[in-house]
Amino acid sequence: MEQGLALHHIGVRFGGLTALDDVSLRVPPGAVVGVIGPNGAGKTTLFNVICGFVVPDSGSLSLDGAPLRPRPHRLTRLGVARTLQGTGLFAGLTVLENVMAGATCTARAGFLSALFALPGSDRDERRLRRHALDILDDLGIAGHADAAPGTLPFAVRQRVALARALAARPRLLLLDEPAGGLGDTDIAELAELIRQLPRRDTHPCAVLLVEHHMDLVMSVCDEIVVLDFGRVIATGTPDEIRDAPAVADAYLGAAVDEETVA
Amino acid sequence: MSATRAAAPPAGRVAPDTRAGHDERGGSTLLRHLALTTAAAILLVAVSHGLEPFRTFQLATVAAYLCATAGLTVLTGLNGQLSLGHGALMATGAYTVAFCQRAFLDRSIVAGWTLAVSLLVAVLVTVVIGAVIGVAAARLRGPYLAGVTLAVAIVVPALTVTFDGVFNGEQGLSVPVEPPPAALGPYFPYERWQLWVTGAATLLALLLLGNLVRSRFGRTFRAVRDDEVAARLAGIHVARTQVLAFVVSAGAAGLGGALLAVLAQSASPGAFSLTLSLFLVMAVVIGGLGSLAGAVWGAVLLVALPDLTHTLTESLALPPAVAQRMEGNLPLALFGIALVVVMIAAPGGVQGLLSRPGRVLRVRWRTRRS
Repeated sequence: MEQGLALHHIGVRFGGLTALDDVSLRVPPGAVVGVIGPNGAGKTTLFNVICGFVVPDSGSLSLDGAPLRPRPHRLTRLGVARTLQGTGLFAGLTVLENVMAGATCTARAGFLSALFALPGSDRDERRLRRHALDILDDLGIAGHADAAPGTLPFAVRQRVALARALAARPRLLLLDEPAGGLGDTDIAELAELIRQLPRRDTHPCAVLLVEHHMDLVMSVCDEIVVLDFGRVIATGTPDEIRDAPAVADAYLGAAVDEETVA
Repeated sequence: MSATRAAAPPAGRVAPDTRAGHDERGGSTLLRHLALTTAAAILLVAVSHGLEPFRTFQLATVAAYLCATAGLTVLTGLNGQLSLGHGALMATGAYTVAFCQRAFLDRSIVAGWTLAVSLLVAVLVTVVIGAVIGVAAARLRGPYLAGVTLAVAIVVPALTVTFDGVFNGEQGLSVPVEPPPAALGPYFPYERWQLWVTGAATLLALLLLGNLVRSRFGRTFRAVRDDEVAARLAGIHVARTQVLAFVVSAGAAGLGGALLAVLAQSASPGAFSLTLSLFLVMAVVIGGLGSLAGAVWGAVLLVALPDLTHTLTESLALPPAVAQRMEGNLPLALFGIALVVVMIAAPGGVQGLLSRPGRVLRVRWRTRRS
């Protein structure tokens, strides 16, 4: 049986545009896999396919060998959590509530129990609160538990978003450009954090990472998949990818061009 | 306690046993809310002995409106769904209670419990109607949702006139209500009895709404309001949550309408016009969107403003025709002005203004403690 997440020959077309073409990749348990590629290469579409926001026109997905037909709200129950670009935190909820909301799939209290505030509902809430505080504590931001996300620095907000995703106790974590908007120190800390995720004693999780920041990808990933115009043009370890000529042409070359134009 | 706090590192990792602050909510939610409700009930009974009959009746009307505003503030404030049709949901409750009470009377069932059953049926019927509208609402956003609920607000009163064989047209239906129980004595004021009945029903509704808002459902309501994509990824079924919020809100509005019909002893389309629906939205916004305490201020305004304008037009000694026109339109104008002023001066509404000093004090106290 094939463990972890696997994508088999995924194809997605938007009208005449081919967003993903015959993309296959695997995220084994305990691995950190990075997806890189120039803008418009299909990275976000790839995430949206895994989350069920986009239904692929061809190909299939599987999770631990079982066929996966993802729907966004079912994902955490399957052990897959995702962060969004630019945090996507609930602005009207405190940091603690944000993380508790992330653990919705573990909540047990039913509607009537909540309506009549039965002891079971209180117990469940206390458990969720403790769980959320533990995660915030692990990420070193428990001191901000009662703050509104909008009042916090961006780097802390990114951590809250990460905490919210981890609250679901995922086996696989999808990180969508987690370094976006972060400074160098924050990125170094983030890299350390991502490296630790598969090695944690409790609830270790594999990571699939979409990221522009090359240093981060190169330093944390066990394997890197390079997308260009919706196709996988290279797969390999960071060293292999650094030396692959196709990657330099398609990705690094393009990036340099963009910078010189800007 | 303060010693362990001081021993904790200033930033970064905090030892688990020092992160109190949240444990202030460690007790039973039900007991806390029951204590609040009981205190409010005692206050209400005490006040009902000191008020003249007309004011008592007005207070009972506030209680009836409060059901509707509380339900609406949960839907619009916490779940982000704007409903311009809550007046129609109130009408549903009002007509249901009328039908039930008349059915009881037709079968010569005269007892104290019939009203409770009728109110319960009114809530259930409105919940079903609310579920139907809610399913449609969950597929719509912003102005489209407002449009559909607006249509409901217009259609329901029109239905009562179209099918006047059933609903008795503009005249409406009378709602037979039992006199106060004999045990309260022969001279027990009827208005006081009305206040007790509506007050009890409203406090029960507020207790349940308060429980729900404090629970994980209140959290998912707000999460869906803030970011639907993130809510789905957090494992929340967005459409189901929106329907649930609509159903809960509709049930509360249905109870409010039913209580209003019981107070007026009649259910007529005029009492549940489009204007009422708009008033309800303005009331919860002015009171403080998303807060049950704000809904109280909104309900008070709903009763107080027309009363104030009445006093105003009377004191001006205007010609009768002008006075009548003023009285009809002045509350709406005042409400509109109040809405604009509140939006500019205090976006958190009355409750936001009132709770700000308290919050500042709390924060200061907490920072000094730690």
